Formats: sequence, structure tokens, C-alpha cells
Amino acid sequence: MSLKSWGGYPISKSIEFKFENNDSLKSIILEQESVIARGNGRSYGDSALSNNIINAKPHDHFISFNEEQGLLHVQSGVLLSDILNSFVPRGWFLKVTPGTKLITVGGAIASDVHGKNHHIAGCFSESVESFRLMLPDGQIVECSKLENTELFKASCGGMGLTGVILDATIQLKRINSQYINQTTIKTKNLKETFDTFEKYKSSEYSVAWIDCLATNDDIGKSLVMAGEFGNDGKLGYKSKKKLTIPFNFPSFSLNKWTVKIFNWLYYGKVKNTTSKQPVDIDSFFYPLDSIGDWNKIYGKNGFTQYQFILPMASSYDGLIEILQTISKSGKGSFLAVLKLYGKANDNYISFPMEGYSLALDFKIEKGLFDLLDELDQIVVKYKGRIYLAKDVRVSKAIFEQGYPNIDKFRELRKTYKMNDKFNSLQSKRVGI
Amino acid sequence: MSYVLILGAKSDIAKAVARKYAENGYDLYLVARNSNELEAFAQDITVRSQKAVKLIDLDILDYDSHQSFYDQLKEKPLGVISAIGYLGEQEKAQADFNEAKKIIDTNYTGIVSLFNIIANDFEKRKSGFIVGISSVAGDRGRKSNYLYGSAKAAFTAYLSGLRNRLYDAQVHVMTVKPGFVATKMTADMDLQEKLTAQPDEVAEDIYKAQQKNKNVLYTKWVWRWVMLIIRNTPEFQFKKMSI
Repeated sequence: MSLKSWGGYPISKSIEFKFENNDSLKSIILEQESVIARGNGRSYGDSALSNNIINAKPHDHFISFNEEQGLLHVQSGVLLSDILNSFVPRGWFLKVTPGTKLITVGGAIASDVHGKNHHIAGCFSESVESFRLMLPDGQIVECSKLENTELFKASCGGMGLTGVILDATIQLKRINSQYINQTTIKTKNLKETFDTFEKYKSSEYSVAWIDCLATNDDIGKSLVMAGEFGNDGKLGYKSKKKLTIPFNFPSFSLNKWTVKIFNWLYYGKVKNTTSKQPVDIDSFFYPLDSIGDWNKIYGKNGFTQYQFILPMASSYDGLIEILQTISKSGKGSFLAVLKLYGKANDNYISFPMEGYSLALDFKIEKGLFDLLDELDQIVVKYKGRIYLAKDVRVSKAIFEQGYPNIDKFRELRKTYKMNDKFNSLQSKRVGI
Repeated sequence: MSYVLILGAKSDIAKAVARKYAENGYDLYLVARNSNELEAFAQDITVRSQKAVKLIDLDILDYDSHQSFYDQLKEKPLGVISAIGYLGEQEKAQADFNEAKKIIDTNYTGIVSLFNIIANDFEKRKSGFIVGISSVAGDRGRKSNYLYGSAKAAFTAYLSGLRNRLYDAQVHVMTVKPGFVATKMTADMDLQEKLTAQPDEVAEDIYKAQQKNKNVLYTKWVWRWVMLIIRNTPEFQFKKMSI
């Protein structure tokens, strides 16, 4: 079958394997030369593409819930949205959630995803009590911060390259409302944007939409959104009705001008410098999930998300240089999301570190990869790194410079013979 | 408490339907052969929805057991949904009547035996709903699966008659005609993506249509139009086609 991930690029010819139970999974792993587990296919690039795919999504049983401790045990194919549907009405929420709920728990662990509260709560792995992993020889090991810690640290953020995650126990957090009290702050430039992030550092959640076509003194102008869960006892959560985009837009629909107009409208929508409003979980955390297949607006050639992070000390200079380069190129990024991150964790190849990260969506078109190569150089110069869950094109050299623990990770893969068995198009490209 | 009785509960469509009804507040009787194989799934529903799930064994071909099966349900169900189906192998069934009989009995005779019992009870109680998952294959016989198709055609006609009979008793009967669905049953077939539904889409359609007392549901909806064309193709032409 031909398979693609969320970016719609590239399209790979793959054989998909499904498994009924651990025994059938084991025989797939033993029989196939090289495989990679795949969840809901929401990573953007080629992390979950390969000649042989193990489809873990049907593996989606809830196993148990400990009401006293908020510990939920599920199989790895369970979607975050399934967890929310069942548990928000009962007053529980995910400790860490990314900007889409349409990903599996296995995928969340493998990409060690993070969200708007990274500066306070860290990555998804912080909420993982333990998980079970099937190794290349079919052996099943329990991994946690206390048990098989090496495998735990390698698998969280390990992009499925250590084995197949079977099930996991995750810690939920108590909430007493399905509303978030959101404060939106309009900033004029990057300096102001940074100051605002600092000012709202104690807010549970914060993120900024940045206008990346702004020039000169306006560079870095943003809408910063900070929020905290409310306390009104309203928990009547129902997933929102979906709009759907039925077909790929012609690829010319998105260009510099439409992006400019969109940014102008979006930025212009907020009248005051600071405004407050309560918003529901779906609007606050998952604004794009309410539009099914929104990736189709980029046309059939697909798109990619370029997400990098820079250490605190070099964030400001690095971002200015990168934003200038993008602005000069005239390649519009429809969505540009900036965020202040908290401390890095000990996982071998998790993306986050203390500093600022910017995520930009670009449709795939001529000249794009040249621009991104240029941006890579700036990222590396300022000691930053690229996020594998979004990536589809970074070179081995650039990747390695961003991840100082990569050799430790490679070493572990060799020890367990994972490098012979678990590979994706991405892992081959960046030489993991 | 409010139970929905789901027959053929091991099928992928039935599982999706079970989750859907539990999510909407119904308790479940899940009925299948060796229903203990559904224990992990029953646990899944309990954790997700905090609804009661009871597993019950039933062999749809063991007609004599049907009455006692229904009698043992202490709390009678609000409604019943049958996802029982056996595709079989057309070529084998052409050569071996045992296979043909198994297709006919599983898709038709067995369900008639059980539905008769349930329908009589619902009629007496003047309440309940009956959902039969038939198939678009029953809309017109084709060489690739006409044994399965003819059994489903009989089932479709049965449901239509039952709907007519139970109308006065305010018992609603719905016929579901799925087109291609990505399930274990079709795992080896090369299905066209645009025409193929996922089991949870089918479940969503069934739930919504049942709540609105729809009579006949095609899922995906596009199959209503696909089948309109297939049904109306003149026979002299149809007989030459390979579809």
C-alpha cells in the first residue's frame, strides 16, 4: 500500500502488518527484516514510514484505571482523544498534551511530545509511570524511571527505534473545569514577546502565534496566549463537531499574500493589548483538530513543519536571524508557533531544552528545501536542534550536531541489535 | 439499567458499535461463541465508560438453544443489534454444499430463529428496537459472492417484513447495508479507499440512524447511490460484467 504521514510527503510503498496479540507481534518482528511501529500517522515526516510498518493503532484497549492515584493503563494504540472523551467528564486531564489529540499513546511516548505547559510540566514522559516494550528478539520488558532505566530513557523520544511499545501506565491530572481562562497579549516585536513569556512564566500554559512575515522593527510581533484551568466544576466535555476539508486545495491557494491576509486577520482580531476569555479544552489545546484533514489546504504535494529549538542564551539573536531569513525568502508560513520551554530531561534524544522553539509550516514547493538548509545552518550556529517528529529532510550532519547523546543512543541500539530490526526512512536518513 | 444486546460481538463492526452504545450510556450484553475471548474488550468498555458489560455464549447455528438463551436474560434488552455474518468462500461453496449451507444458515436461518423469539417479546412489550446488519451484497447477486449475497438478500427481505409487522407495536426495525468496511473479514481484499469505511464510522452511522428510527441505512452513504446504479443496470448488460 502507499502510505504517507501527516505532511503528505513523502509517499512510501509499504507493507502493513497488524497483530492480534503479543505472539503474533513477536512473529512479525522475528520474520521481517526491518520494521517500524506506526500509530495514527500524525508525525509530519518520515518517522513512521518504512518498507514494513507495524500498525499499532488497532491495539487500543483501556486496561484499568486507578481512581485514587489517577493512573491509567492502556494499550499503545489508544488515542489521546479517547482518553479525553472518557476522562474529562470525570474530572481528569492529560498531564502533558501536544497540539493534537489525534495521536496514540505509543506515538506520544516515542516522540516524547510536549505541549503548552512544557515550561512547568516537561515532556509526555514525565507522565509515564511505565510501559512495556517488545525488543528485537520478541522479549517483553517493563521500563520505567526505576526499572530498565536505560531503555526508558532511550525509548521516550526514541522514535520507535528501540522496539514496539505495547502498553503504558500514565498519570492523569485532576481538573475541575473543562474551561481554561485564557489571557491573550498582543506584542509588537520579539523583545516584547520574550518579556511577555517571562512575565507569564508561572502560568500553567503559554504559547505564541507569531507573524513570520513581519519585517524590520515588527519582527517577532505575536499573540501570546497564557492560560490556567478554571475551577467552575463544569466538566460536560463533548468532542466538537468536525469541519472537513474534502479535497486537496490547489497548491497555489497558499502563497505569500493569502498568508499575509490570514496573519493580518488573525492578529487584527485581537483589539486590545491584553484580553481575557474562557475557552474550552478543544479550542485551547486542539484548535486545528476541529478541522478534519486540515493538511489538505497545502495541496497534494504536501507540506512540512520546520520546528527547531535554541538554547536560552542564543534564542533572541538566533530567532531574529531566522525570522529575517524567512521574511526575505517570501515563503509564507501559515502557522508559526513560538514557545518558551523549561529544562531538558535525561532522555537520550528528546527534543526540548531550555530556550525558545519555533514551529513553521511550509508547503512543499521548489526552493523550500534550500531555504530550510539555510535555516539549518543558523540553527546549528546558535547551538539548536531540529524536532524529529516533524522532520522530513534534515541531514545527518545537522541532526547529529543538535543531539549530543546520539552516540549513546546508537550504542544502545547496537547492544540490543535494534539497529538491525527497527528502522524508519528517517532513521536511515539521519543515520541513527 | 438499560441493556443493548449485541450479536456476533467479536466482529470489528460489533465492537465499534458496542463502544458507541456504551459511550452513550447503555449497558451491554455481548453475545458470541467462546465469549470469554472478549474479556479484555469488556474490560476496555468498563474502563472507558463505566457501563456494565455481560458476556454470553451463543452458537447461532444451534437453533434449539435460542429460546433458553433469551429466557436466561433476567433484564430484557432495550434493543438488539445483529452483526452476525459469514462471508465464506464463494468458489468453495459452489462445489461443496456444506459451505453453501453454512453461509446461508449463518447469515439467514440462524438469525431468523433468534430474531423471531426477540421480535415476539418486543411486540408483546410494545417497545424495543431491532437492528440487522445486512449487506449491499444482498442488493443484487454477483458472481463473486452470490451465495453470501443471496443469504443477505433474504435477511434484508426478512427485516423489511418484520419492520412492517412491528410498526403497530412501535418496535422499530432498521436494516443496515454496509459497503466495504475495513475489518478482519475483508483483510485480504484490496478495497478502494474512497468507498471503504472504518468500523467506527459504521458504528457512528448506525447509532445515529437508530436513534432517529431510520429504516434503511447505507454506510458509507455513497453506497446508496452506487447500489442504485448497480440495481438499475439492465440484466442483459449486468450478466456480462465482472464487478
